[in-house]
Amino acid sequence: MQLKVLLVMGEKEKDYLQDLTEIRLMMEKSSRFISLSGLAGVFAGIFALAGSISAYYIIKNFYIDIWFENDIIQLSKDLVLHLFLVAIAVLLLSLFFGYYFTTKKAKKLGHKTWNKTSQLMLINLSIPLFAGGIFCVSLFLHGQLGLIAPTTLIFYGLALVNGSKFTLNDIKYLGYCEMIVGLTATFFIGWGLWFWAFGFGILHIVYGISMYYKYEHKQ
Amino acid sequence: MKSVISQLNKSFESRVRLGIMSVLMVNESIDFLSLKEMLDASDGNIASHVAALEKAEYLSVEKKFVGKKTSTIYRITILGRTAFNQHLNALEQLLKR
Repeated sequence: MQLKVLLVMGEKEKDYLQDLTEIRLMMEKSSRFISLSGLAGVFAGIFALAGSISAYYIIKNFYIDIWFENDIIQLSKDLVLHLFLVAIAVLLLSLFFGYYFTTKKAKKLGHKTWNKTSQLMLINLSIPLFAGGIFCVSLFLHGQLGLIAPTTLIFYGLALVNGSKFTLNDIKYLGYCEMIVGLTATFFIGWGLWFWAFGFGILHIVYGISMYYKYEHKQ
Repeated sequence: MKSVISQLNKSFESRVRLGIMSVLMVNESIDFLSLKEMLDASDGNIASHVAALEKAEYLSVEKKFVGKKTSTIYRITILGRTAFNQHLNALEQLLKR
């Protein structure tokens, strides 16, 4: 008799535990987009490194296209166009592969890629990115080219911290690192490309690999 | 022992209702389709549980027009938040012993 009571209690307890687990899961799932893949970070990092290397050689080959006018650095239209194309290629390739790996992970988890949480994540990521983008255009027009690379890092870091509330919390730490790298870079003008390669390349790859092993490898 | 169990809220006994309340606790508002996607339950199932929770005044329902389509939006009430928190505390208490 007593044993039976104990058994019933044990089962009940399991039920309560399951209730709590389910509640926690539902709260997490409905407020955060957890399908973001670590591989997206790895690929973004690889493209960023490749982009930095091409930018390095483009600048080296076009050095006659850089001159000063009233203390303001000037670039030829050709050089600007080349660098712009490299930047766009890095951005598009990163977005494409990011989207590809994220939909793949979402499918595996049985989630949708386009839902309320992914929308919230994207909106919150875009706000600082948009502000940073406009700020960089302004820096460019004022000839403050040395500050552009650090600025992209700082605003990207802010975007990650802002977006982290709606996706894997770990992204926040990547955001802090990007901000530190960006702020450090503001004190070493002229080394922008190196800091940029480190922030967008190396950090992304390290972060992506650690996320992949933390969340995806075992499943 | 009896006293803690009696603190468990009968309104939250079904899994779907627990799910609905959990989602509403962390989201300011949620529309029917998003709720359905998250809970992975049928339209009728969700509708009936939502109706029960609405009757208990744990959530509020608002119908909006988005273009020509209607969209139903749910929000948790203060009463619902308090009740759910009490239920959560009771569950935790039961597991602690």
